[in-house]
Amino acid sequence: MPRSELRTKTRVQKLSPEELSDIFLSHVYALPDGRKIDLCIQCGTCSASCPTAYAMDYSPREIFAALRAGMLDRVLYSNTAWMCTSCYICTVRCPQQIKITDIMYELKRLGIKYGYTSPSTRAAAMARIFINITNRLGRNNESELMARFYLAGRWGDAIKNAWRGAKMFFRGRLPMPISGRKVAGLDEMRKIRETLERLEEEKMAKEEAR
Amino acid sequence: MELLYYPGCSVEYTAKMYDTSARAVCKELDVELKELPDWNCCGATTYMSVHELVSHGNSARNLALARREGADQMVTVCPACYITLYKTNEYFQTNPEFADLIRQGLQAAGLDYDGGLRIRHLVDVLVNTVGLDEVEKRVTKPLNGLKVAAYHGCMLTRPFGGFDSEERPVILDRITRSLGAEVVDYPLTAKCCGGMVTNTESSKTIPVVARLLREAKYNGADCIAVACPLCHMNLDFYQPEVNQYLGGDYTIPIVYFTQLMGLAFGIPKEKLGFGLELVSADKLVSRYA
Ligand code: SF4
Ligand code: SF4
Repeated sequence: MPRSELRTKTRVQKLSPEELSDIFLSHVYALPDGRKIDLCIQCGTCSASCPTAYAMDYSPREIFAALRAGMLDRVLYSNTAWMCTSCYICTVRCPQQIKITDIMYELKRLGIKYGYTSPSTRAAAMARIFINITNRLGRNNESELMARFYLAGRWGDAIKNAWRGAKMFFRGRLPMPISGRKVAGLDEMRKIRETLERLEEEKMAKEEAR
Repeated sequence: MELLYYPGCSVEYTAKMYDTSARAVCKELDVELKELPDWNCCGATTYMSVHELVSHGNSARNLALARREGADQMVTVCPACYITLYKTNEYFQTNPEFADLIRQGLQAAGLDYDGGLRIRHLVDVLVNTVGLDEVEKRVTKPLNGLKVAAYHGCMLTRPFGGFDSEERPVILDRITRSLGAEVVDYPLTAKCCGGMVTNTESSKTIPVVARLLREAKYNGADCIAVACPLCHMNLDFYQPEVNQYLGGDYTIPIVYFTQLMGLAFGIPKEKLGFGLELVSADKLVSRYA
């Protein structure tokens, strides 16, 4: 079970890179202000401002070059979007008002949906565990999140962080890993989720058809 | 003044000292924080990375509940919650097409939201509604001689700005000064701490954390004051790794700005959650409490 959390469910297989690029571009364009990526002047302000660019396979500026060159499959296989911390400094600085952070989010979502995530990042696994927990409890449980994340192949981190984790636990800063606390409105949340998942599928199908 | 309060998951456990100190300080300032009943996780930066609409739907449930309480504003202390709720709210106010989709989700659950809420962060409320003169009036033990690096992080003012500069916010500096403490130069104040990525890929983001700690030390700070559970976690938890990476001693206590306020107000340190941090703030606290 935990291992499988590392793998991505591949929904679409055997699409050519060109076909994938078209699909992805259609979704990026459909974002609010998504068309603005065509206006990128390759100035590099985003890359120079990005706190984690040094650890990215491609910097944010290169992502926009690749997007327009139809090389999106490569972009998705890179760790770039998953190294994005969502700090929004690129977004507020971009001279062309491209909503770079929102596009990073879209790339993460598309990567998960189409089974294109970088093998060098575990952040996608973390995201999936987080969603499983918040769907089930209505709120996050940090202990369960970290335990499942570590079990899914991060033993080194687990051992390294164990002492500090224990300190936090005994100071009341971590919940019991299996906690009974639940939001009373879980049923409301389930209905919201089911409806919006369906609408999300419809919205994406429409964007691809365009 | 009574204010509806969205605590968020982090402050329930990992950042509980933020919650306790915020409540204690607000009480002192006659701001009654009323917790939103049955709030759910806003989704933070993570849910958004997998499902866009559902993420906004979850976030919007809180907005709908807040309206049901008759509120026209809601305050939160966690910048990630703040920006998530703010963003959903913003769509309701500026993007009717998108809002309509989210509303269909709410309506399926017998809820609805009209976009009538104002989402606020506590620093904004304290400075722009309560006012720093009120804060100064409550100071009984000025933090004279304390040198603070006031660290704003990312999401307090980005991307929406709102109450301070996106590039170089000063609101925490102003609060800190009103307590009698000295604010040291800290040009990296709005540089990111690595956020959730520091959690998942800590080996890759230690340089980011290191830069922040080193600069505070270089500028002579006794502590770094933060307004974000994730900033606190990253700066406090990873100090051993940073010391190893930089090959020196960059140990420095990380405190919530609300803890400093409480200290200056003369609130007992136990009521401010001191002692729960990993890098002890004892030395600093005992100077004033
Ligand atoms: S800052 Fe904007 S215009 Fe400049 S390279 Fe980045 S995306 Fe392109
Ligand atoms: S939002 Fe992401 S891509 Fe943009 S500067 Fe921050 S980490 Fe880099």
